[in-house]
Amino acid sequence: MGKGKGKSGPLARRPDNSAFKQQRLPAWSPMLTANTVLPFFYFMALICMLLGVWLLLTVQSTQEVKMDYTEAGTCDKCFEKRKNASNAAQTCSCTVGFNIKKALKGDVFFYYGLQNFHQNLRRYMDSRDDAQMVGKKRNLKNPSSYCKPFNMDQKGLPIAPCGAVANSIFNDSFTLHYLGSGGPVQVPLLRKGITWYTDKNVKYRNPTTENMTLVQVFNGTARPLYWQKPVYELDLLDSTNNGFINDDLIVWMREAAFPNFKKLYGVLYRANKPFTNGLPAGNYSIDISYNFPVQYFQGRKEVVLTTLTWFGGQNHFLPVAYLVTSCLILLIAVVLTVAWYKFGKNRKSMDE
Amino acid sequence: MSFFGVDCVKKNERELERKLCANDREYNLSFKYATNAIKTSKYNPFTFLPLNLFEQFQRIANAYFLFLLVLQVIPQISSLSWFTTVVPLVLVLTVTAAKDATDDINRHRSDNQVNNRKVQVLIDRKLRSEKWMDVQVGDIIKLENNQFVTADLLLLSSSEPLNLVYIETAELDGETNLKVRQALTVTGDLGEDSEKLADFNGEVRCEPPNNRLDRFTGTLTYAGQKYSLDNEKILLRGCTLRNTEWCFGLVLFGGPESKLMQNCGKSTFKRTSIDRLMNVLVLCIFGFLAFMCTILAIGNCFWELNEGSQFMVFLPRQDGNNAAFSAFLTFWSYVIILNTVVPISLYVSVEIIRLGNSFYIDWDRKMYYSRNDTPAEARTTTLNEELGQIKYFLSGDVYDYTGQRLDLSEHTETVDFSFNPLADPRFMFYDHALVEAVKLENPEVHAFFRLLALCHTVMAEEKKEGELFYQAQSPDEGALVTAARNFGFVFRSRTPDSVSIVEMGQQRSYELLALLDFNNVRKRMSVIVRSPEGKLSLYCKGADTIIYERLHQSCNKLMDVTTEHLNEFAGEGLRTLALAYKDLDEEYFNQWKQRHHEASIVLDDRESKLDELYEEIEKDLLLLGATAIEDKLQDGVPQTIEQLSKADIKIWVLTGDKQETAENIGYSCNLLREEMNEVFIVSGHSPDDVRQELRNALTSMKPVEDSVLLPERTLGKGVKVLTDEVVNGEYGLVINGHSLAYALEHSMELEFLRMACMCKAVICCRVTPLQKAQVVELVKKYKQAVTLAIGDGANDVSMIKAAHIGVGISGQEGMQAVLSSDYSFAQFRFLQRLLLVHGRWSYLRMCKFLRYFFYKNFTFTFVHFWYAFFCGFSAQTVYDEWFITLYNLVYTALPVLGMSLFDQDVNDVWSFQHPQLYVPGQLNLYFSKKAFFKCALHSCYSSLVLFFIPYAAMHDTVRDDGKDVADYQSFALLTQTCLLFAVTIQLGLEMSYWTAVNTFFVLGSLAMYFAVTFTMYSNGMFLTLPSAFSFIGTARNSLNQPNIWLTVLLTSILCILPVVTYRFLFIQLCPTINDKVMFKVRRAKATPAPQPRRTRIGRTSTRRSGYAFSHAQGYGDLVTSGRFLRRPALSRSSGFAQVGRTTTIFSPMGRSAGYSPTGRPQNAKVQDVEVTSLQMYRTITNPAL
Repeated sequence: MGKGKGKSGPLARRPDNSAFKQQRLPAWSPMLTANTVLPFFYFMALICMLLGVWLLLTVQSTQEVKMDYTEAGTCDKCFEKRKNASNAAQTCSCTVGFNIKKALKGDVFFYYGLQNFHQNLRRYMDSRDDAQMVGKKRNLKNPSSYCKPFNMDQKGLPIAPCGAVANSIFNDSFTLHYLGSGGPVQVPLLRKGITWYTDKNVKYRNPTTENMTLVQVFNGTARPLYWQKPVYELDLLDSTNNGFINDDLIVWMREAAFPNFKKLYGVLYRANKPFTNGLPAGNYSIDISYNFPVQYFQGRKEVVLTTLTWFGGQNHFLPVAYLVTSCLILLIAVVLTVAWYKFGKNRKSMDE
Repeated sequence: MSFFGVDCVKKNERELERKLCANDREYNLSFKYATNAIKTSKYNPFTFLPLNLFEQFQRIANAYFLFLLVLQVIPQISSLSWFTTVVPLVLVLTVTAAKDATDDINRHRSDNQVNNRKVQVLIDRKLRSEKWMDVQVGDIIKLENNQFVTADLLLLSSSEPLNLVYIETAELDGETNLKVRQALTVTGDLGEDSEKLADFNGEVRCEPPNNRLDRFTGTLTYAGQKYSLDNEKILLRGCTLRNTEWCFGLVLFGGPESKLMQNCGKSTFKRTSIDRLMNVLVLCIFGFLAFMCTILAIGNCFWELNEGSQFMVFLPRQDGNNAAFSAFLTFWSYVIILNTVVPISLYVSVEIIRLGNSFYIDWDRKMYYSRNDTPAEARTTTLNEELGQIKYFLSGDVYDYTGQRLDLSEHTETVDFSFNPLADPRFMFYDHALVEAVKLENPEVHAFFRLLALCHTVMAEEKKEGELFYQAQSPDEGALVTAARNFGFVFRSRTPDSVSIVEMGQQRSYELLALLDFNNVRKRMSVIVRSPEGKLSLYCKGADTIIYERLHQSCNKLMDVTTEHLNEFAGEGLRTLALAYKDLDEEYFNQWKQRHHEASIVLDDRESKLDELYEEIEKDLLLLGATAIEDKLQDGVPQTIEQLSKADIKIWVLTGDKQETAENIGYSCNLLREEMNEVFIVSGHSPDDVRQELRNALTSMKPVEDSVLLPERTLGKGVKVLTDEVVNGEYGLVINGHSLAYALEHSMELEFLRMACMCKAVICCRVTPLQKAQVVELVKKYKQAVTLAIGDGANDVSMIKAAHIGVGISGQEGMQAVLSSDYSFAQFRFLQRLLLVHGRWSYLRMCKFLRYFFYKNFTFTFVHFWYAFFCGFSAQTVYDEWFITLYNLVYTALPVLGMSLFDQDVNDVWSFQHPQLYVPGQLNLYFSKKAFFKCALHSCYSSLVLFFIPYAAMHDTVRDDGKDVADYQSFALLTQTCLLFAVTIQLGLEMSYWTAVNTFFVLGSLAMYFAVTFTMYSNGMFLTLPSAFSFIGTARNSLNQPNIWLTVLLTSILCILPVVTYRFLFIQLCPTINDKVMFKVRRAKATPAPQPRRTRIGRTSTRRSGYAFSHAQGYGDLVTSGRFLRRPALSRSSGFAQVGRTTTIFSPMGRSAGYSPTGRPQNAKVQDVEVTSLQMYRTITNPAL
C-alpha cells in the first residue's frame, strides 16, 4: 500500500488494477473429471504392470545363497565357547560346508549378515565421533562425550576409534573353499573397494603428521575394549586399508537401518579359473574365525552369496508390490468406470 | 489496556473518596491523582524484549517449544539436536515480535498525539495553552466549540444561557444526539472572568474513579455552601463540545482515571470460530501426543526388559538406569521427536494467510468507491475466514444507506437553476416542463412549491449570505424543501411563530399559526399560516391514502390523474406524498384555535381530543399534487440483500426508524416480499401481549407442534443451543423496540429467538443502541452461528462491537462505526463481495490450509511412530535432523502458503452467480472436528505407506555394485524423499487454482529440497562440522539407484490412489455445490458475462406510503417551542435516564436527536432557549481518541 501514498488527486487511494491484487492471476484449474481420471487410472495400471513384470524378471535372474552358520557345522562348539565371556580372547575356528546347486554367474558378492543386532538404537548410533574418524587431531586424543563409556579405557587413555559402534565391530573372518574335482581351491575374494567412495575418501581419514608412521600417530591412544588389535594394525600389508580407512571398519560404521542386515565382506575375484564366470556349482566350505558373540542378544549370523543386476540384490518386494498395485489400480479403475457410467455419465447429479 | 485495569483496581482499593480543591495544585498533588497523560502502549525500548517475550511465551505453543528446548538440553533425553527446535522458535518469535513492535509504535504515536493536544488551562490567574498531559486534577480549563473534552470535568460556566452546554457523546456510548449539561448557578456566575475563576476555591468531594458513564455523585463546597453534584454537571472525556462557544470546567479525573479510559479495558479480543476450534484441536493433539509417547515408552520398557538387557554388552546403560527409568526418558525423547504434531509454524502461517487475505480486501478495486475515494479496509486482520461463515447478518438502519440524492421524477437533462441565486448547486433535477411552469407563474404550481417550502419541520442555517444549510430530520423532508428551494421557493429561516421564505426572489414572511405535527397514526402533517397579505391557509402533506380521504369533492378529476401517477410512482418503488391545501376562514380558525387551546390543557384524554380537532380542520382539502421521492437506497442494496438471503444468511435489520419506515424500507430493499406467506408485526405494549403475539406467530408458522416446547440441545455446562427449524414458506417479522424490550427479557428471549429464527427476515425498529447489542448477544448466545453486524452510525457501534464481525460503512454519519468495526467500506453493496467472494475464499483457503497442514505434519510424524517398532523404541528419528528442521520452514512452507493465498474454486463472477456456494461455510463443512479426524486417518494411512514400502523395499537390498544401501542414512534419505513427494502431490490435488506462482512454489520447493540436501550432504559441509553433517555422500550414493526412485514412485502412487478414488467417486455420486459449480464453469469454459444489472426491483403491489417525512415528531414541538400544541421536552430527562435502561421505558433514539416525543413534563429552563440557535446539525467528527 506504500505505493499509493505518492499519488494525489481524486482517485489517490484507488487500488492498483494488477492481476495479482485483484486476484485475477491466470491459472489452471484442474478438476477430477472422468476424462482425466479414468484414462489416468488405466494408464497407471498398465505402467505398474509393465514395471512389475520387468522387475520380476530382473530379480528372478539373480541368484542368492544364504547360510546361517551360527551353530552350523563345527561352529556349535565355538558358539558354546563364546557364551562364556572369559573366553573372549581365545580364538576359535570352525568350518561349515554347503552346496551350490546352480552356478552363480557373473560377479558374486559375499556378505555377512546379522539378525537381531540393533545398529539403529539411538544411543548406539550416537556413540561415535565422526570428527575423530575424519582424522582431526584434537578429537583423536579427546573423543566426543557421545562415545561414553567407550571414550577412555581404564587407564584413561583415549580410545581410537571411540564409541559403541566401532567397539562392536563384526570380527569374524571367512575363507571360502571350492571343493571341486581337483581338490579344494580357495575362492579368491577382493576385500577392498567394498565401501562407498565418499566414505573411503572423505568421511574417514587417518590423522596425518609429516614423517610419522601410523603407529606413531596413534601413539597415546588405546584400542577399543573388544578389539584384539589396535586400529593401526587392521591391515599391515596395505597402508591404504589401515587405520580409520580400513574397508571392514568403514562398512561396519555405516549403521544399518534395521536390526536384520547384511554387510559386504568381499567380491569374487574372477581373474582365474574356475571362477572366471562366477562360482561354479558344487560343494563349498567356509573356514570361519569365529569371534563375534551373538548369543547375548539371541542373534544369528549368516553368510550370503549373491549375484546382482542393475536393480541390486534379490529383493522380490518391489516387483510384487508393483504387480499388486497394478491390479489394485485396475480394480479401482473398473469400479470407477462403472460408477461413472451409472451415475455420472449423464450428468444428472451435476445439474442443480 | 489491561495494564491500566490492574493499575486502577489497585487504586480503587485505596481511594474511597476523591477530595480536591479548585486552583490548588499543591493540595491536590498530595493525593497523587493520575495526571491527564494516557498510555495505551505496552512497551518502551527497554522493556520491549523481556515483556514481549514473556507475553509470547504465555501462548501455549511457544511455551511448549521452550519446554522442548529445555528437554533437549538434557543429554539422556535429547533425541534431536537443539537447532531443530531453536530455528523455528526463533523465527516465530521474531515475526511476532516485529508485528507487536509495529503495533506498539503506532500506539505510542497515537498516545503522543492525544497527550500533546493543547487546551487552555487557568494557571496563575491567566489562561495558558498547555498540553493535555500536563493537565492535573483541580485545574480549571477552558473548552471551545467542537473541542474534545480533555478530562472528566465539573462544568463551571458556559457561554450559553442558563449555563447550558451541548455535548456529543458518540465516542463514549455511540449516541450521536446532542445532550445537555448544565452548570450550577453559583459556578455559572463566574462566567468567563479569569479573575473570578482563579479565585474560585470550591472543594469537591466525590466518588472514586469508576467506569459508570451514567452516574456521578459528589458535593461541591463553595463559599460555605454545599451543593450536590450529579451526572448532569459533569463533562466526560471523549465527549465533544457542540454549539457552545466556550465553557469552563474543573478537572475531576484525569487520563487513566477518566471514565472513558476506565471503560476502554473492556474491548474484547475477537477470535474466529476456527481459532476456537484450533485451540480445542491443539489440546486434543497434546493428548494424542501424550498417548503416543506413552505407548512408545511402554514399548521401550518391554524392549529394554527383553532385548535391551541382552544388548548391554554392546551398549551398556548409564549407571543405575533400569528399564523403567529408560522408559521414562524415552517418553520425553519421543515428546521431542513427535513434537511436530503440535504445529508451531501453524500459528505463524495462519497469521500470514490472514494478513494476505486482508490485503486482498484492501486492494479490491470492486470495493473501492470512487466518489469519495474510499477503498475497503480490513481493520482487523485476524477474522478473515469467519467472513465465509456468516449465518446471521444484523444490519443497522438500512435507511442510513440511502443516498442523499432524491429525484422528483426521472428525465434526461439536468435543469439549469442559475435563475435562482439561492439554489443548491448539488441538487439535480430533470424536468424542464416543471421549471417552465414555475417561470410562467402558474398559481397551482406556485402553491405546490409554497407548500413544500412552508410545511415541514426543517431548520435552516445561513452561515453566510446565500449559503443555506438545511437540518432535516429525514433526508426525504430535506429533499423536498431543497426541491422547493431550487424552484424558487426558498425556505430561509424560521422562528417559533413565523417562517420566512423567498418566493421567486421576493422575501415573504408567513405567520405560523399552528403546526399539526406528523405521527404515525395521522400519517400527515399540516401547517396553518397567515400569508403577508393576511390570508389564512392550511397546507397539508401526507400519505396519499390519508389525504384522499380528506379531499373536497371538487378535486375528483384531479384525484384520478394523480392516482394514476401515484400508482406509476409506487410501481417504480418511489415513495410518494400527496399535497393539499385549503384556505381558512378567519373566524372559524379563531374559534378552532380557542378549542384547541382548551383541548391542549385538559388533563385526561388530551391526545384523542387533539386528534379530533386536527381531524376536523384537515378536511375538504384541495389536492395540489403528489411528490415521489426515489427511495434512493445506495446502489445495489436490494440486490445485495437478495444475494445474501440466497446464500442462506439470515438478515435482521435493527433500526432506530419508525415501524412504518422500517417496514417500507424492508419492502423496498427486498427484505420483505409480497410473496411472503405472512409478515408478523409484533407491537405489544405489555409482556403478555408480546408473548401472545409471538405465540400466535409461532402457531401460524408451525401449527402442528406444541409451540411452547423449545427445541434445544444442551451443550456442556448448561449452555443451551437452539437448533434451526424448518418451516414451510417464508415469513417476515417486524417487531418494535417497545415489544423488543419485553421479548429480550429473560423469560421470553428464547421464544422470541426461536420465532425470529424461523423467519426469513426480521426487522426490529425503534431499537436503542443497547438493544441492538442485546439482540446480537442473544443470537450469539443461543445460536452457534457467526454473526455479522453492519452499520454506519454511532448508534450501531455497540452492535458492531458485540457481533463476531463488525462492519462499518464509512460515509455520511461520521467515523464512529468505522473506528469500532473490523471491516469498513463505503457502500452497502460491497458487503456481498466481502462475504461471497473474500469471505468465502478466505474460509476456503484457511480450511484447505489447515487440513493440508495437519495432514503433512501428521504424516511426517507418524512415520517416526512406526519406525519406533524397529529401532527398539529408542527414539531414533527416521529422518535426517536437518530435514526435520527445514521440513516445515523451507520444503513445504511456500507451496502451502501459495495455495492459501491464491486458491479459489471458482472466480468472483461465479461466486456471485451461485450464492449457495456460501452455505458450506456456515455449516463448518470444510474444517471441523470430523474433517480433522479424517485428516488424521488419511495421514495415518500415508505414513504407513511411507514407512513400510521403503522398509520392505530396502531392508534386504543392496546397490547395483553390491555396496550398502540399506543403511540408516540411505533409508532416512529415501523416506524423506518419499514423504516430500507424497505431500507435494497431495498439495497438488488440493490446489484448484494453479497460478504461475503456485507452480513455481511447488516445483521450487522440490528443487530446493534437492539443492539443500545435496549441499548438506556435501564434502565441504562435512569437513567443516563433521558431527552436524554426518550424512555426507548419502544423496550421491543412493539417489543414483533405480530402486530408490522406483520406491518413491510406488509410495506416491499408493498415497494418492485412495484420495483420487474417493474424490472422484464423491463427485460422481453426490457432488457438492462446489463440484457442481466448478463443473458448470468447465462446461462454460469462458466466464459468463457479468449478471445484467437489474434496473430496479419492481414491487408487485401498489404498496405506497406517506412516510417520506420526519421519522419522529419531536421537531414539530421544537419548532413551535411550546407555544401551543405540546410542550417541548428537551432530552434532559429522557436522553440520559432512559438510554440504555430499556426494560420498561422505551426511548426513541436515532433521528429524534434527543428530543422526546412523549410530551414529558416540561422543563422550565429550556423554554427560554431560542430554537433557532439550537442548530441541530451533526458535524463529522474527528474522533482521534
